[in-house]
Amino acid sequence: MAQKTGLGRRYIRAFVSGFFVAVPVTVTVLDRLAYVARVDGASMQPSLNPEGASAPDVVLLNRWSVRNYQVQRGDIVSVVSPKNPKQKIIKRVIALEGDFIKTLGYKNRYVRVPDGHLWIEGDHHGHSFDSNTFGPVSLGLLHGRASHIIWPPNRWQKIKPSVPPDRRPLLSWGGSTEDEDDDDDDDE
Amino acid sequence: MLYSVLGKTLGFVGFTIQYGCLAHCAFEYIGEFVMCSGPSMEPTITNHDVVFSERVSRHLYRIEKGDIVIAKSPFNPRMNICKRVVGLEGDKVPRGHVWLEGDNLHNSSDSRSYGPIPYALIRGRVCLKLWPPHSFGALSQSPNDGRITPSE
Repeated sequence: MAQKTGLGRRYIRAFVSGFFVAVPVTVTVLDRLAYVARVDGASMQPSLNPEGASAPDVVLLNRWSVRNYQVQRGDIVSVVSPKNPKQKIIKRVIALEGDFIKTLGYKNRYVRVPDGHLWIEGDHHGHSFDSNTFGPVSLGLLHGRASHIIWPPNRWQKIKPSVPPDRRPLLSWGGSTEDEDDDDDDDE
Repeated sequence: MLYSVLGKTLGFVGFTIQYGCLAHCAFEYIGEFVMCSGPSMEPTITNHDVVFSERVSRHLYRIEKGDIVIAKSPFNPRMNICKRVVGLEGDKVPRGHVWLEGDNLHNSSDSRSYGPIPYALIRGRVCLKLWPPHSFGALSQSPNDGRITPSE
């Protein structure tokens, strides 16, 4: 009898101490390092979810790379939805703070992205709930950067940042528009 | 000899990782200590006061009108702002947003200048003042009657 209680107690102790290690470590990894998420919806077609709801993509979100709120134009990022704090949305960064862009269906034709904000758009224009609906999003809402597609296996790939050529900013703060012969950089 | 040094180093690293993760969970899901600076919340909170801001209400979406919150600044996510929630979604505030105002209306830059901010920028609710000792304890209600829009 003494043997049994000894083993039982050891088991419980091992379980509890394992639990107290595993749970905080897992939570910290999900909060700070990486997160895995399934993409719902058609707003990022054809880059994400080209098959639609029948075969949704699963992406790896890198949370470590956004700890200093540094993203580039063209990155696919997940942000907390400004209209619903319980939901996250995945879109592409089109413009950074200071950029001057032409919008697609926003209340203002031209917008200068305010300090500390981003302009995000889905690749599937017209089927996307993005900055063209709710305006620039604050950098504080940034959740992670989608770095890889990890499911389905035939779509394994590293996601490369790329801004659609017709959505490049008209003027940008860093002075780094792609066109060499763009003349309007001197105007304010 | 080498094995024992290696073993001890690994043990130390494991220990640090485990307690680092526990600390992250405590600060992220329970609460954090904040030192406030600036005059925008006087007389409720003055410059250099230390307060405790709990994260539970924010994660459970239970921030209410009249709560003092710490939020990320909408224009600089590395800076935090400390203001009172004066309006929630519904009363003239868009869905998913809150209206913040400092108690010191004459000297506060808040939603009156930059508009409502998304709820998700809120970090925590200030529930206790810790320093200075003579004003230790719970925080007082808003000194500005009538700013808090009545609920439906």
